[in-house]
Amino acid sequence: MSVLEIKNVSFSYDGKKRILEDVNLTLERGELVSILGASGGGKTTLFSVIAGLNRPQTGQVLLNGEDITGRPGRISYMLQKDHLLPYYTIEDNVSLPLVIRGMKKQEARARAAELLPHFGLAGTAKDYPAQLSGGMRQRAALLRTYLFSGEAALLDEPFSALDTLTKADMHRWYLSVMEEIRLSTFFITHDIDEAILLSDRVCLLGGRPGSIRAEFKIDEPRPRTEDFALSERFLEYKRQISAKLKELAAERH
Amino acid sequence: MAARGPKNEYADSTGRSARPARSVRPARHAWVWPIVTLIAIILAWQLVSTAELVPSFMLPSPVKVAAALVSEFPLLLAHSRVTIVESAAGLALGVLIGFGFAVLMDRFDGAYRALYPLIVISQTIPTVAIAPLLVLWFGYGLLPKVVLIIIVTFFPMTVSMLSGFREADPETIDLLRSMGASRAQIFRHVKFPGALGSFFSALRICVSYAVVGAVISEWLGGFEGLGVYMTRVKSAFAFDKMFAVIVVISVVSLILMGIVSLAERRLMPWTHIKERTSET
Repeated sequence: MSVLEIKNVSFSYDGKKRILEDVNLTLERGELVSILGASGGGKTTLFSVIAGLNRPQTGQVLLNGEDITGRPGRISYMLQKDHLLPYYTIEDNVSLPLVIRGMKKQEARARAAELLPHFGLAGTAKDYPAQLSGGMRQRAALLRTYLFSGEAALLDEPFSALDTLTKADMHRWYLSVMEEIRLSTFFITHDIDEAILLSDRVCLLGGRPGSIRAEFKIDEPRPRTEDFALSERFLEYKRQISAKLKELAAERH
Repeated sequence: MAARGPKNEYADSTGRSARPARSVRPARHAWVWPIVTLIAIILAWQLVSTAELVPSFMLPSPVKVAAALVSEFPLLLAHSRVTIVESAAGLALGVLIGFGFAVLMDRFDGAYRALYPLIVISQTIPTVAIAPLLVLWFGYGLLPKVVLIIIVTFFPMTVSMLSGFREADPETIDLLRSMGASRAQIFRHVKFPGALGSFFSALRICVSYAVVGAVISEWLGGFEGLGVYMTRVKSAFAFDKMFAVIVVISVVSLILMGIVSLAERRLMPWTHIKERTSET
């Protein structure tokens, strides 16, 4: 059974103009699936529906077969900005989802402390977010996302605000940490290279209203390294995906 | 850890960050100029008095004021105690009520629409005009003073707390909602701590309003307090004592504001942390 199943989801904010029309997606255990598409194409709206923040007019969101449509608190959601709370220390920020779920503060901090070193954040437990670099803050936000739910995660352009070098660093780190934790993840990006490098599958969200228009399987062994990003096979994936994206863009005009 | 290397630049042996000296020095120097100016003004004032450009019963010299301050000190202290108690009681209640109104108006849009215009209008009523009424209704004791201070302090508190709550980042609220947070949890973790800065700026204003409010209401009726003392020395034309009490009122306000600043530093430690420039 798939971890997450999005079935025939249609959504509109005002009941008239459809943003999403009949979206179907699945996420298998341990899989990373990228959702690629033009900005304003409904990617973030799709995530807000999957996260339960918005209820779709039709369709269902199933987590391990259980209907969680319109019910927040089950799937972890990470937005583009880190949204670390400036007044909480790193340990309190990352353990916030546990505290919200009702865990005792001390216990939640202890769980966070175990994982901080795995996320390259050893020794930062008592620091405030302002004391951390952009990359570290993003890793803290990822750790918070992971502590929120080990079942499935939605990452909305988590690395797009970082500079190129930090971003490459984060990709390397993310690939290695994913080898260990194998978090089932939907990943929004507008960066084709990033999508190919990180994903098991790349889905294109296109059209107006948006629906899944194409899917590419990135059939590459893991762990992946930067060599893959320079290989002929990588370029071939990129050629195919770019061509399809252009086709979808042409449709919009 | 390699990624954390540059971060330790500002860390001492305990691993806690120490601020670079550069950011501290300007703050120390900031005290120098106002003090120099103040000394200059006092000197000029002393010169004017010594040269008898203004008759001494109208403008007593700083030396005379200082002498009055010393001789009247026990009495001033006793009156200050009364004024401080009134200010503190009124301030505490005003802040609580202001906070309550802000929470109510943030939570219920209906309450906002119904109350906000009235609260704004209530502020156009001059304090000096209602103070005698309060004396009429509540007598010469503590109560009319406290009521007046509540009236002058709850408004700045309500307005700035409300805008603090409303400034909460909608995306952060969405993030907490996605974690399954209840409305109360969102208030506890996002809205309330996010509005603490507004709370302390408002509190600093409220402190000075509270002291001034206490003194004004004492003028208009009462048996003790700095305002009562002030009306007495005024009718005795003891202007040196008049200036002495003004000094005391300023000092009381400054001390209370200092306490607020101290509380702010203690309760908001994250605002005093220097951003590090390290990269991963």
